[in-house]
Formats: sequence, C-alpha cells, structure tokens
Amino acid sequence: MTDPLVQVQGAYKRLGKTEVLRGISLDVARAETVVVIGVSGSGKTTLLRCINHLEVLDAGRIYVGGELVGYREVNGRLVEDREPEVARKRAAIGMVFQRFNLFPHLTALGNVTAGPRYVKGTPRDQADDLGRELLARVGLETKVDAYPSQLSGGQQQRVAIARALAMEPKLMLFDEPTSALDPELVGEVLEVMKALARDVHMTMIVVTHEIGFAREVANRVVFVDEGVVLEQGTPDEVFNHPKEDRTKSFLARIL
Amino acid sequence: MDALAPLLQLDFRPDLIREYLFNDVIVDGAWITLQVAVLAQLLGIFLGGLFALLRISRNPVLGVISGFYVWFFRGTPALLQLIILYIGLPTVIDDPSFTQELTAFRAAIIAFGINEGAYMTEIMRAGIVSVEHGQMDAARSLGMTQLQGMRRIVLPQAMRVVVPPTGNEFIAMLKNSSLAFTIGLVDLLGASRLIYSVNFRPMELLVVAAIWYLAMTTVFSLLQAELERVLAVGDRDRPQTLLSRAMDLMGQRHAR
Repeated sequence: MTDPLVQVQGAYKRLGKTEVLRGISLDVARAETVVVIGVSGSGKTTLLRCINHLEVLDAGRIYVGGELVGYREVNGRLVEDREPEVARKRAAIGMVFQRFNLFPHLTALGNVTAGPRYVKGTPRDQADDLGRELLARVGLETKVDAYPSQLSGGQQQRVAIARALAMEPKLMLFDEPTSALDPELVGEVLEVMKALARDVHMTMIVVTHEIGFAREVANRVVFVDEGVVLEQGTPDEVFNHPKEDRTKSFLARIL
Repeated sequence: MDALAPLLQLDFRPDLIREYLFNDVIVDGAWITLQVAVLAQLLGIFLGGLFALLRISRNPVLGVISGFYVWFFRGTPALLQLIILYIGLPTVIDDPSFTQELTAFRAAIIAFGINEGAYMTEIMRAGIVSVEHGQMDAARSLGMTQLQGMRRIVLPQAMRVVVPPTGNEFIAMLKNSSLAFTIGLVDLLGASRLIYSVNFRPMELLVVAAIWYLAMTTVFSLLQAELERVLAVGDRDRPQTLLSRAMDLMGQRHAR
C-alpha cells in the first residue's frame, strides 16, 4: 500500500472515564472503501469523529493526505491548531451522520450549497448550479426546494450525502448512515454510496451493520473491538473465515 | 332603590376621553413610551445575546461573569436599579457633565435595557441550547468555524425558540416602562397624570392611557405572530396569521 490517504497511529481517546479508543491504528489507501464493524460502544463512531477532529485525541496521531488533522507538530510535540486551520483541513473530509443532521431551516438546495457558499465563498448562482447537479446525482432533482421536514428519511440522508460532496472532499466518513432508516429506505441510500465507490472511486470509511453492502463494495472489512482493530481482511476473509472468537460471536449475532 | 341611587349617579364623562385621546401631551407621552420600550428592549437583546454566549463558552471566568450579571439584575427590582442609576450614581460620580448627560429619558433606556438583558440572557441561552448538537457537528464537518456555525446554522434555529418569550418581554417592557414616571419622565402614564393633576379628571385620563397601551400592545402582538411565521419556514405545522390568511384569500381570488 503506497502512501495511504488516512493513517491512524495509536489513537487513544477517553470519554469521561471510559477508554473508547485504546491505541487504534488503521491505514486507508486512496480510492479504498473500508467498512468498519463492531458491537456498539466499541469505538467505531468515536474513531470517525477523531479522524474529522470533531473529537480531540488524547494520544496518537491521525494523518489525512499526509497532514495531521487538528494539530501541528512542533519539536516532536503536538500543538492543537487554531480553529480556522482546523476548519480548513476538515473541509476536505466529508461526513454523513446516523441521524442525517440536515439543517431544518434550509431547503435541500440550501443544505447542499451551505458549505460552498459560507465556507468557500462560492457565488450563489454558481453554488446553486453545483447543488442542483449533486441533488440530481443522488436522484433528488425534483426535491430541490423541499425542506427536510417534507422529505423521507432516505431522501434526507441522500441530501446529506450531496451536502458533504459539495465540498469536494477527498475522504468521506459514513457513521451508520442507514441505522436510523426504515428498512425499505435503506437500499436507496446504499445505492448512492455504491455509486460513489464504483464511479468516482471516492475514498470511504463506512461504519455500518449492512453486511450485504460490505460484501459487495468493501475492499477491506475492519472489526473493531474495545477500542482496537481486532481483525481485518477482505470481506470473504472476515465474514466467511473469521479467526478471532469475538469476531465469530459478533458475526453470529448479526448475520 | 333609594339606597342605590347615590351609587348610580356616576360622574364619568366619556366625551373627555375623546377630547384627550389625541391631545398633544398624551401623543408625545405615548411616543416617549414607545421609544423607551423599543430602545431598552434592543439594548436588552444585545446584552442578552452577549451574556448568553459568555455563559455557554467553555471559559469558566466568562461563565461566572455572565452568571453574576443575571443574578444581580434579575434579583433586584427594576425600579431600584433605575433609581440607583438616576439618583444614586450622580451623588457618587461627582461630575456635572455626567448628571447633565444623564437625562431621565436616557436613564430609563439604560436601566430598563440592562435589567432586560438579564432576562434575555436566559431566553437566548435556552434558545441556543435547544438546537441539537448534531447541527453544530454538521456545520463544522463542512468546514465552518464555531462562529460561522453559530451564525448560519444554530442562531437562525434558536430564533424560533427565542421570539415568543421575547415578544412577551417586549409587551411587559411597554407597560413597565411607566415606572420611569418616578424619575419625572413624561411618558404615556406621566402625561395623563400631568393632565389630571390640573383638570382633576383622573378616571377619564387613565382610560385614555389604557387605550393607548392596549393599542400598542395589540399592534406588537400581531407583528410578533408575523415574525414567528417567517421564522417557522421549513416547519410542518407552520402557524397561520391574520396576514397569511388574508394573503391566502387574495391568492385564491387571483387564481380564479
């Protein structure tokens, strides 16, 4: 693997008294789709939030595109970046949340253009053109002027994906993107994500319980347990020939 | 019946109400009341926004400053604060230009504004806290700074929660600004007192003042309903207002 896009090295994170990440390491190559699985509370979501610097690491390092996220290294010590600098680095990392987190006071188009307009300063008509194009790409060209409250869960999550893509990220993080959806709406969101992997070779880290999606799209499956990577490999290796007992018992429960 | 007769001989002259309703002194007084209330409320909203941000900032010193402000100005009567400012402070600050600049009008705006700021701090804080954390997460994940996320995403949503109680506060402000007559400000109530102290018809002039207060509070209640409708954009159960109903009716007529 040459020059991975994401390098997580010994990331350690404590939330209150719980050690959520206990020195986790993970590399993700460009254009790779990595699916992260594990029981709830194993640190999957926290890992994503640390890669985006929405959570501050207690120890360890995370590089995205060769740059430390949220820190500068000064004489071998980490110094937290000033906020505009963090924001700049974060803008290149898209994130999709379990509960969509769309902005309810903005239309679908307003949500998608918020990043370009307020962060990049793109002129409104230009941002609107981009926004319409992205909404069309996720199959929502007819919902441009709808507010989130007028959309189904699946439609909202597709808007959220388009909103993240509008910043032209080099990395997309998905935090259980289909867990809050009714079963019949899961497919439309997974289709959009598959297209991202297949058509534009987006680098993606996906936390999900959708094993079918993982089998079809993932280049690699990572099983996270108690804040470390316990086992990883191709979907076939992890799902069909798991080595660790804890992986086996986890898979037995969800398959 | 004979026993009741004296009671029924009312000495009340409705014609005086009509005569004084648009009297110059009364109209000027109403204008003073309106100015004091609007300017003091604006000052209160500004201070409330400022101290609410201090309160939710992670800096403990700023939080304590904000807490102290709310504790003091909400814990003492507005009238006391007004008299401290207008009567008390000039005896301490022995500077003629201070006394000269501090007119009763300005003192009322400053005292009521600072007092209102304490209440607005709590209202603003509640509004900001009511917006889900996920909204700020999403804003930051797009590359917005905390301040941009606050301005573009959190505050517009907080406004929906903030406007109804702020409308309440403003209505209260319109009425409570009448406390300023104690420092000699000729506001609406002061104007009616001024007149009845000369013509000895207090009841009629108090009714005149009441009509003006009601007129002002009614107008602002309607404006508040409009503002709430504007802010509820994207809501499933967006409220109807007089104006929006009228517009709907007009729209239907055009459509035909």
